[in-house]
Amino acid sequence: MTDRTVDIETMLRRALAPVEPPAELEARLEMHLGSLVEAAAEELELWELSAISDPKNWRHIGRPAAAVVVGGTAAVGLVLVRTQRQRHRRRAQSRNVLDLAARTVRDTGREARRLLDDLR
Amino acid sequence: MATAPDQTPAVKARLDAEFSELYKAHLRDVYSYSYYRVGNHHDAEDLTEQTFLQAYRHFERAQRESDGRPLRPWLIRIAHNLAANYYRDRSRKPQTPIDDAGVLSAPLTTETLVEDRDDLKRILECVQLLPDDRREALIMRFALGMDNREIARALGRTDGATKVLLHRAIKQLEVLVKTAEGPTDI
Repeated sequence: MTDRTVDIETMLRRALAPVEPPAELEARLEMHLGSLVEAAAEELELWELSAISDPKNWRHIGRPAAAVVVGGTAAVGLVLVRTQRQRHRRRAQSRNVLDLAARTVRDTGREARRLLDDLR
Repeated sequence: MATAPDQTPAVKARLDAEFSELYKAHLRDVYSYSYYRVGNHHDAEDLTEQTFLQAYRHFERAQRESDGRPLRPWLIRIAHNLAANYYRDRSRKPQTPIDDAGVLSAPLTTETLVEDRDDLKRILECVQLLPDDRREALIMRFALGMDNREIARALGRTDGATKVLLHRAIKQLEVLVKTAEGPTDI
């Protein structure tokens, strides 16, 4: 390393290059975080339902519906993220635009069913 | 996420969206830090996952207390604390990462390939010999590209103390590398 090593900072920059996380980790993390969002929405919904029995809370009656909307939005977002992740495979396998559209619809349906199964 | 009892769904949705942005922006940083701390992909994945799950729980408070400052140092500090627990609980020592990190993916000519690989391997081995705080400061600076202020926040030190820490880390590393090269290379 005699001649080339003078600049240890340059060597450090090369030795400690950023490491890309594996795709499986991204998928697992998104799933965990997605289920946490759903659990939080459910918790909020349960709290709201119990609060409804108290007339003092009736002025907040719109909140359970909002919690359902948030939970629903999170679930739809998760389906879209999962479907989007497979777009390269779909493009590679598609014969034409129609075929690609059909595959995308099928994948979206499959992911939605998987999400529903996870929630049961 | 630890939330206030009177938090509205709209606030919750906004926090989730912001956390999602934070996650997307810094997944690679947290993973790189974890990888260079523990030295293997399996444990780095666990550490990264735990870091984000813990960050999610405390995100609202961190955001409130950050006064608009970037949250990357906070994330790395979580990873740093989890890594410390990892070693304490399992009595493990960091391994030297070399097999499939970015080191071997850098474009090199045939002539210099072997020598460069040896050089980088030696550097990584010497980094592992540094005291924990110096090693971490170097990982944050060179793997994550953090500036002194960010590193200071992640390590809970002052900017001045961090500057000194980095300077000493590089000086000690130079000595270690020279020693590792042996008398024939001098």
